[in-house]
Amino acid sequence: MDLIDWSRAQFALTAIYHFLFVPLTLGLSFLVAIMETIYVKTGDEKWLSTTKFWVKLFGINFVIGVATGLIMEFEFGTNWAAYSWIVGDIFGAPLAIEGIFAFFLESTFFVVLFFGWNRVSKGFHLTSAWLVAIGTNLSALWILVANGWMQHPVGMNFNPDSMRYEMGNFWDVIFSPVAVAKFLHTIGGGYVTAAVFVVGVSAWFLIRGRETQFARRSIIVAASFGLFASLFLLLSGDESAHQVAQKQPMKLAAMEGLYSGEGRAGIVAFGILNPDKKVGDDLPEFYGDIQIPYALSLLGYHDINAFVPGINDLISGNEKFGIMSADEKIQRGRAALSDLSDYHEAKKSNNTFAAERSLKAFDANQSYMGYGHFTNALQTIPPIALTFYSFHVMVGLGSFFIVLFMVLLYLSMTNELINTRWALWITFMSIPLGFVACEAGWIVAEVGRQPWVIQDLLPTMKGVSALSTTTVKITFWAFAILFTTLLIAEIKIMVSAIANGPHIAEKGDDHV
Amino acid sequence: MFETWELLWLQNYWWGIVSLLGGFLAMMLFVQGGQALIPSIAKNEADKTLLYNVFGRKWELGFTTLVLFGGAIFAAFPLFYAVSFGGAYFAWMTLLFAYIIQAVSYEYRTKKGNVYGAHIYETFLSINGYLSPFLIGVIISTLFSGGAFIVDDANLSHWMVATRGLEALLIPFNILGGLSVMMLSRILGMLYILNSVEEDKIRRSALKKLHIEMLITVAALAVYATWIFIIPGLSIENNRVVIEMNRYFHTFITYPISILAPFVIGLGLFLLGGIRAKKSGFWCAAAGTVLMVFALLFSTGVGGAPFYPSYVDIQSSLTTANSSGSRYTLTVMGYVSLFVPVVLGYIVVVWKAMARPLTHDEIKNDPFSY
Repeated sequence: MDLIDWSRAQFALTAIYHFLFVPLTLGLSFLVAIMETIYVKTGDEKWLSTTKFWVKLFGINFVIGVATGLIMEFEFGTNWAAYSWIVGDIFGAPLAIEGIFAFFLESTFFVVLFFGWNRVSKGFHLTSAWLVAIGTNLSALWILVANGWMQHPVGMNFNPDSMRYEMGNFWDVIFSPVAVAKFLHTIGGGYVTAAVFVVGVSAWFLIRGRETQFARRSIIVAASFGLFASLFLLLSGDESAHQVAQKQPMKLAAMEGLYSGEGRAGIVAFGILNPDKKVGDDLPEFYGDIQIPYALSLLGYHDINAFVPGINDLISGNEKFGIMSADEKIQRGRAALSDLSDYHEAKKSNNTFAAERSLKAFDANQSYMGYGHFTNALQTIPPIALTFYSFHVMVGLGSFFIVLFMVLLYLSMTNELINTRWALWITFMSIPLGFVACEAGWIVAEVGRQPWVIQDLLPTMKGVSALSTTTVKITFWAFAILFTTLLIAEIKIMVSAIANGPHIAEKGDDHV
Repeated sequence: MFETWELLWLQNYWWGIVSLLGGFLAMMLFVQGGQALIPSIAKNEADKTLLYNVFGRKWELGFTTLVLFGGAIFAAFPLFYAVSFGGAYFAWMTLLFAYIIQAVSYEYRTKKGNVYGAHIYETFLSINGYLSPFLIGVIISTLFSGGAFIVDDANLSHWMVATRGLEALLIPFNILGGLSVMMLSRILGMLYILNSVEEDKIRRSALKKLHIEMLITVAALAVYATWIFIIPGLSIENNRVVIEMNRYFHTFITYPISILAPFVIGLGLFLLGGIRAKKSGFWCAAAGTVLMVFALLFSTGVGGAPFYPSYVDIQSSLTTANSSGSRYTLTVMGYVSLFVPVVLGYIVVVWKAMARPLTHDEIKNDPFSY
């Protein structure tokens, strides 16, 4: 592994750890606020105890999310210094705004949510709970605006003098359809993960015959919230896939293992990729697969007849559908880089005429400049297996959660839940699956974008800091050890807190 | 409003904002100062728990200020962000590790099933308490003493020393800067205890330490400030970076209102904080710290002067002009900065609402206490 691999590995490691905690924070913050609202509206102390129990778990998760999140903010500078300069003018703004608008809201009102029970009024406390929820979700908004821009860069211009991209339109950046879809889909994933966590923990209480009233209450709130969020996730997922099809066709092709483009393309519901398959060969794409006809054309282009380009089309080009080959893009990119170099040489020697001429030539191919750094068209293909399987795991689990929430609500309404042991066990065993689905989604977004750090503009290899491989190895292992150490503690504390229970003695509990 | 500003003004404005955030970051180090003090001030478990709870309700704000400080640099001065973070890699990483262990330690310290025992988390908090202020002081000092970087024609930076920022620890000026900030954080920590704790034993213990440590801190700050005034700095002449003797002293007297006055008033407030230790001393010293650190940071880059000197190639030194974001981004972020007073406003409201001093009884009966 070279410097780029280690830098990517470190970013992936820290992001994966951080993203273990973020989804639960996003969703649990709202669930806590909803439960506290019920308490304030009804004055029922049982809801207060219920809220406090989930706040406690929220806190255990929240602090490790904050701890692992710190490095994410600074890692762009430490490990991706070239990236920070080349696109920092656009990318830095949402990060700073996140700090001002979201982090302070979270950190200020988090203290009230935790320690303000006997220090502020009920209304103040409830407002704080909602502000924490809003703050955590605003934080997601701004980081996903930044990430959305990495997937689909808009609202900027390249400055050939400073050799960087500069922001041209702030509104284009924040209202980019990719950013909006990404934000909605990610927070939806967080809500579902939190709902799965709450119903899973509550199912454990029901299995053990403990705190049954508390568990039933929590399941009704969380399953309703989860079902609503899942349906929202379906819609936002549809829009996300539509955006990917328009803006990142190579990512879509990798998500579906689609080598040869086709009209009326079906979506793979289940498939095992053929690992020997290479671009341009005649081997089958799958050892076996089950497809839903027309679904990919419909999902990607909202038209069942639409042509969906495959990896072969994007690499070799497809004249019929106006797709330029990757080789052609690389040639144009090299021309752009050469013209840019000539422009700087001419400027150094005060040759205004030559500088203008070079700049004009550069402008013609500027949009392909990033491709000029590649030596081979095959380098522009993302890791297919990882992208494909992650996407299908995410979609499969998302579909499973809809069924799970529906079953739980049905059993709750018919008062059969406590006697339906298989449903309780499945619900309990599903706790990790929400996290798995979120991580899988994140892998689709980030691995599917490779080899670009900014889609079509900046290859990952050009964004890295000028560090030695050993330097990055040292911090990689330091993070791996520290975060694993903290994760072990977090899980153990969480399990202990759950086992300890909310201690609500009430009528109807089996142990009372 | 910001659209009509000249680029130089926008850059100065943003350097001012970054300097102010640096001042708030230094002030929030009272949490670290408190953490470092707890083992010597608390005489028993109950006192220790009380003090961890006193400081544990404020750690998040310091953490967030650090994040915003980094974010503001990224947005307004991306080349500085790239050069400093990508270059002084180990110095920043060490600081970040020190902050990471702080975040979980309060919450996990007394929790059942915390695997490693309370002692480990308390050790984490002590490490954070000493190391973070020291490293922040060292890093701030490098804005005067410089870094080992070059910036090439494509504006990409390269650090020329394999120790990646740790070499700053070998420069006596930086070490003094680190120790000064560490002492400052302890003073603020002691004053915060006097402001927030009503237990006599703890107050007496904090007060006893305060007198002697205040003298050491003021002496360290005086030597540090004098050192800054006499060391050579860099300035711009005919678009070239040149060495200027007593550069920072000249800057202080050239900007009597925006730099000299905040520094002198800040120092005065800090001293007043020590004198009024039992009554609102913390707030005086905290405001003084913000002003002093603001003045020091602002003096490095005001007027487009090189604020981050390179001692391997002075022409690579960073100025607010060559490291800033575009005019458009600085303008957009200018409007965003108008929300800072709103943020400060709700922080004050919450701080006041939660201000009642903590007692042993409250801690004992609060299931959420650390």
